[in-house]
Amino acid sequence: MRHLKAFGAFWWDFVVGDDWLVAVAVVAGLAITAALVHVGVNAWWFLPVLVLGLVPVSIRRLVRR
Amino acid sequence: MTSVALVVAVFAACVVEAVEALTILLAVGTTRGWRSALIGAGTAVVALAAIVALLGPAISAIPIDWLRLLVGGLLLIFGVGWLRKAIMRAAGLKALHDEDEIFATQVAASRTAETERRALVGDWYAFTLSFKGVLLEGLEVVFIVLTFGTNQQDVPLAAFGAVAAVLLVGVLGVAVRRPLARVPENTMKLGVGIMLTAFGIFWGAEGAGVEWPGADAALLVLVPAVLAVCLAYIAVLRRRPELALGRSLERV
Repeated sequence: MRHLKAFGAFWWDFVVGDDWLVAVAVVAGLAITAALVHVGVNAWWFLPVLVLGLVPVSIRRLVRR
Repeated sequence: MTSVALVVAVFAACVVEAVEALTILLAVGTTRGWRSALIGAGTAVVALAAIVALLGPAISAIPIDWLRLLVGGLLLIFGVGWLRKAIMRAAGLKALHDEDEIFATQVAASRTAETERRALVGDWYAFTLSFKGVLLEGLEVVFIVLTFGTNQQDVPLAAFGAVAAVLLVGVLGVAVRRPLARVPENTMKLGVGIMLTAFGIFWGAEGAGVEWPGADAALLVLVPAVLAVCLAYIAVLRRRPELALGRSLERV
């Protein structure tokens, strides 16, 4: 069990890193983009706008720690 | 994406990772002895080869749209992380990545650790430290090679860029026997973060079903646009660092 936890923690740290909000926002951004495409909107602009806002938010979260 | 761009992107990313792995290996090798350190590094390389052998065919079997969605998402998560740290360092909100300092810290820790023999390894501390260092940095190299290579349907060319980077850093490391502190690591990290983010946006959106205006040529706009945004954030935070915190500013 201890090894399993360590294995999970390693991959969490490797993929998610030090700000889980970035990972959540990216997954949500991809889902919203796919949903917009599904209803007929060619939402190529959505991810660039998301990243534009995500970077300063994440910087602020890290600096405040 | 041209072949040259693929090799350059992979090469730059892998140089940064290789410098970090080399710093750990040099610190362990010079203080604890080379035998266990090199066995640790070699074991990590074997583990990485096994991961490539397992993941390579599995990744190739994923339908291209799902692959782009998955890879785009991962590249974006990594890319935003790299950008954030590079912007904070360039703006003075975070200490510059100093390989000399990291080397000194690792050396100090290595000198005080006790020696423990396990199985074929004479110094377990040296083995695990170099194994972890090479495996962690190597995993990022493997990820970059497999994702960029698979998306461009040219994994061997991406692997060539990675091998060239690792060889170059390895040869320089052996030649100077000290950390490669003169590598402009923050600038390279900013460059790699820009590439990862731009390609993450491009492939992620494509995987979600988007049709980019101008198709692949959209990347020629995305890359400089991400660069411009980063430079703007750096300029703003240099002039008004309090914006990152609200009222009081503390160094991180």
